[in-house]
Amino acid sequence: MSATELYDRLPDRGGPAQPLLTVRGLKKYFPIRGGILGRTRAMVQAVDGVSFEVRKGETLGIVGESGCGKSTTARLAVGLIDRDEGDIIFDGDALGDTLSLRELRRGIQMVFQDSYASLNPRLTIEESVAFGARVQGLSDPMGRAHGLLARVGLDPARFAQRYPHELSGGQRQRVNIARALAMSPRLVVLDEAVSALDKSVEAQVLNLLSDLRAEFGLTYIFISHDLNVVRYISDRVLVMYLGEVVEVAPVAAIWARQAHPYTRSLFSAMPSMDPDNRTEEPPLTGDPPNPIDPPEGCRFHTRCPFAATLCGRKAPQLRKIGADGHLAACHLHDPTSGHPKAGKIA
Amino acid sequence: MTDKLLEIDHLTVRFKGARTIHAINDLSLSLGEGETLALLGESGSGKSVTLKALLRLLPPKRTEIEGDIRVGGTDILRLSGRSLQRYRGGDVSMVFQEPALALDPVYTVGAQIAETVMRHKGVSRSEAMEVALDMLKRVKIPSPERRLQNYPHELSGGMRQRVMIALALACRPRLLLADEPTTALDATVQIQILLLLRELQKEFGMGVIFVTHDIGVAVEISERIAVMYAGQIVEEGTTREIIKDPRHPYTRGLLAANLHDVARGERLAAIPGAPPALETRPASCSFAPRCALAGPDCRAGLPPVVTPAPRRRVACLRADEAVPAE
Ligand SMILES: Nc1ncnc2c1ncn2[C@@H]1O[C@H](COP(=O)(O)OP(=O)(O)OP(=O)(O)O)[C@@H](O)[C@H]1O
Ligand SMILES: Nc1ncnc2c1ncn2[C@@H]1O[C@H](COP(=O)(O)OP(=O)(O)O)[C@@H](O)[C@H]1O
Ligand code: SF4
Ligand code: SF4
Ligand SMILES: [Mg+2]
Ligand SMILES: [Mg+2]
Repeated sequence: MSATELYDRLPDRGGPAQPLLTVRGLKKYFPIRGGILGRTRAMVQAVDGVSFEVRKGETLGIVGESGCGKSTTARLAVGLIDRDEGDIIFDGDALGDTLSLRELRRGIQMVFQDSYASLNPRLTIEESVAFGARVQGLSDPMGRAHGLLARVGLDPARFAQRYPHELSGGQRQRVNIARALAMSPRLVVLDEAVSALDKSVEAQVLNLLSDLRAEFGLTYIFISHDLNVVRYISDRVLVMYLGEVVEVAPVAAIWARQAHPYTRSLFSAMPSMDPDNRTEEPPLTGDPPNPIDPPEGCRFHTRCPFAATLCGRKAPQLRKIGADGHLAACHLHDPTSGHPKAGKIA
Repeated sequence: MTDKLLEIDHLTVRFKGARTIHAINDLSLSLGEGETLALLGESGSGKSVTLKALLRLLPPKRTEIEGDIRVGGTDILRLSGRSLQRYRGGDVSMVFQEPALALDPVYTVGAQIAETVMRHKGVSRSEAMEVALDMLKRVKIPSPERRLQNYPHELSGGMRQRVMIALALACRPRLLLADEPTTALDATVQIQILLLLRELQKEFGMGVIFVTHDIGVAVEISERIAVMYAGQIVEEGTTREIIKDPRHPYTRGLLAANLHDVARGERLAAIPGAPPALETRPASCSFAPRCALAGPDCRAGLPPVVTPAPRRRVACLRADEAVPAE
């Protein structure tokens, strides 16, 4: 079966210049309940004012440490959880206005880290893959499922009848990818989708993802804590810290220059891979603060080597710092901020 | 007698059940006093089973163990009762990926460390508490006096990991076994813990076996690396040798798959297939089904162990033909 037969692609509405996905001011606080009455005791500020765009055909990488809000951002954008505030615009149509939740979910599919939990253990993998196509009312769901299984490297003759527990982690992740594609989405969100795989298998799945993107004209959001993987797969990278976006840039630009002090620390925490030049100093001390009670002002100021008095009082805004769409939220990069070192550090 | 801290000779571990799992197959390894070795391998390659065998933590009923393990000359497969208890947590101790495995939720951090010190060193409670405080300082926990009174759940993830290290090192073991102790941590915390372990290793002079699936972590922590595949060591050498001159096709594949410095869009040199199921004892090269260099000779019998340099070994028929990377 050819790519066009396997894929029942949604029409491109706004043309190539219009971002496929725009989110503006996205916010989600989770209540923490406790005590005998189950009253809300505190709020986890999981995502707090996140804005970004995903352009058609690109891969946007999202990086940051565990708990910084990557998965919550993704789930909000896909409509899996309700946002407290913010706009979600898919190819020009705003959710809740000209776009229904159902339409949003048809356009965006998600693949998760835990390959096992995402599959129904009682369905054979052909049934799992055909299910989505059937729900969407697409033609020949089973033929489509077999075509997609073959496409992700699982020979239907050998694998179609198997149950999830009869597959390896890498094979299950291929099934999850096939299942996402069976919905013919335009955007696929891959949330730590290769993180649980062994290195040798991870490379196979990354090759597959690159091929599928080209073949089906897909757009990806690729979430990972592994900077090497993000560099390999992404066009642009978004860095999050404690529920906020601190930096966005094209891959080459951010590898050449990490503008935000947190980004710089995150990059220096990567193992050196050089036995003659091992890391000698940890780039940061201590653990990330608790998102229930994030620091005032710049959320990074409690760990930042450049923090000034101003940083604990005033939150910096994301602003343009380079011609190539490089954005950062740090007073150092705002000449008018009043930070004593503003404009003096590259 | 030798001056080796640890000697494992021809270790074989099988798990009996509906299906037999040949988890470790004829593994030999030695470690000198004060050496740090990373045991590097993918999921299921037998890293944790090796460490558990060393601490005698495998379920005796379901496990068949053959071979010889000596720590400081003592045959530890024959230890039992009191001498086994003295050995665990005394000469040899372990840190885990998940601190919950080592820390008891109902006792304060100070009480747990002191208890271990009292048991192994026969000192008074107040002396043991002083050791506990000293250990918390050494693992760089802020306001250590106050933290002695904390329960494990009152600490952050990185701090719990530091407490577990303090507990493991409180009795000054000669050998520390570490099973992926940084895998669950954030990148900025992981590097702090690795550097801390490196510093404490130098200070205390203990031998360390550090299990990891991450080559980058192995490079940061260890002087030597042993690469495991299907329950065997397929290559061993200094960290520099393994990184700069990998000889086994599997090691080379792993290094390529690490994506360090891989340019965008370049096709990745992935190792095809997946590791074997270990339901039979390997009679030929376990890597042959995935190896680009495999020939009929590789499937005819176990590959010879080539030793290109002292304490360097490669279990591969083509180890000498192999051209170094770069
Ligand atoms: N108690 C047990 N009973 C049966 N099989 C076991 C037992 N413990 C381990 N195994 C099997 O032995 C093999 C080696 O397991 P081991 O836990 O040492 O892997 P590992 O290298 O530590 O992997 P990971 O990176 O996933 O921790 C695996 O096939 C595993 O399923
Ligand atoms: N359903 C939920 N209820 C309460 N807190 C949550 C929930 N989901 C996520 N959180 C919290 O929100 C924060 C961000 O989580 P998450 O988006 O999963 O982070 P990441 O994917 O970056 O690791 C964390 O502090 C997490 O514990
Ligand atoms: S705003 Fe201040 S504290 Fe925040 S990253 Fe910039 S210099 Fe550091
Ligand atoms: S012995 Fe043969 S199959 Fe095994 S790793 Fe060497 S070349 Fe490959
Ligand atoms: Mg997540
Ligand atoms: Mg293990």
